[in-house]
Amino acid sequence: MIAVVDYGVGNLFSLVSSLKAVGADAVVTGDADVIRNADKIILPGVGAFGDAAAKLRATGLDRVIIEEAKAGKPLLGICLGMQLLLERSFEYGEHKGLGLIEGDIVTISNVIPADLKIPHIGWNALKFTENKSPLFKYINEGDHVYFVHSYYGANCAKDTVAVAEYGAELTAAVARGNVMGCQFHPEKSGEVGLKILKAFCE
Amino acid sequence: MITKRIIPCLDVKNGRVVKGVNFEGLGDVASPVELAKFYSDCGADELVFYDITASAEGRELFTDILCELARSVFIPLTVGGGINTLSDFDRVLKCGADKVSVNSGAIKNPSLIAEAAKRYGDQCVVLSCDIKRVDGVFRVFAKGGRENTGMEAIEWIRRGAESGAGEIVVNSIDTDGVKGGFDLEMLDAVCNAVSVPVIASGGAGCIDDFTKLFRALPKVDAGLAASIFHFGEVKIRDLKEELKKNQIPVRII
Repeated sequence: MIAVVDYGVGNLFSLVSSLKAVGADAVVTGDADVIRNADKIILPGVGAFGDAAAKLRATGLDRVIIEEAKAGKPLLGICLGMQLLLERSFEYGEHKGLGLIEGDIVTISNVIPADLKIPHIGWNALKFTENKSPLFKYINEGDHVYFVHSYYGANCAKDTVAVAEYGAELTAAVARGNVMGCQFHPEKSGEVGLKILKAFCE
Repeated sequence: MITKRIIPCLDVKNGRVVKGVNFEGLGDVASPVELAKFYSDCGADELVFYDITASAEGRELFTDILCELARSVFIPLTVGGGINTLSDFDRVLKCGADKVSVNSGAIKNPSLIAEAAKRYGDQCVVLSCDIKRVDGVFRVFAKGGRENTGMEAIEWIRRGAESGAGEIVVNSIDTDGVKGGFDLEMLDAVCNAVSVPVIASGGAGCIDDFTKLFRALPKVDAGLAASIFHFGEVKIRDLKEELKKNQIPVRII
């Protein structure tokens, strides 16, 4: 069973639908025991980092997720959920993340040319790094996935498994053992996205 | 590199797709779910659904259909039509819409854009505008393009983007239905006024019109059309192959 962590951030309808579409047994939950008993954990999220991190802490689920991840349970962060895996974010101030992956969340305006639009929104191609990820076992380099974000993971090159070119190479996915994250939305990335979810779920 | 998006747009009334759709090999062409799957399989990058139902029952039917759609189609979905309040946003977002398009609702109550952007994020709010030249000035029209609001369109869009609209759909009434190409002059004016993504609508008649659009205006992010896709005059796969040949970045599946 896969626990989709519900901590009051964002709409989980599409994510749960896509998990069902790949045959996964997914449960949306904010219950620590359910998360502890699950085989795998998905941490979703949209919105601002500070708010989301505060909500995770307020529910105590931050500690549960950290404990489970450190015990080896597969964890997938999606979009803001991926950003939360890193150490800290500089989105409107400075906020502490879960610290499961080394690195910072900073604005993409630091690295992209001024004439490119923010957010980075739309379909972009994945470029794999030398760190191979099992998440991508059913897809190919150059496949397109759907992004919507204004901040990205920096200083996390050693755990970066894919980047997307947008005037600079933006971190598209990270992985450190059982802890994985996608900046893009696999649940909105058509067949390619479903194949990524399938790879995580099975 | 980010790709240019191709977006088919479907009008839905009482849970069924209207505006004549004509496809071979599709059982029920009026089923929004079947059509959505078809377009998604053809490589559409996003889908827009406008609810043109007037009745409360029809509206309920629309949200039911939307839920069903979002269960089987995994590309971004934008919903518009009858969006006047935050609870309208809530209603369609809960059913799996990713973005909500406002038009007349924002004209009646301009603070709707800022309120929705604050609650759901800029990326969720799409400002859709029907624009027509009146005595050489771009004017915003309401009620499906029937009523001149008197508002100057570029200023309205600039304010909308400042208030938090994350994308702008520019529908040129002057070129809509003419099939002579997109309204490049109007789109250029909008692109120069805002830094959020701009979606061109109105006027596409053939593949070449999309090539011209993205070549002339690299700042335009997406092209939206309805009937030329529905009647198979332009096939999305062919369109994308042609764009690719012209060095325009597209996603081909």
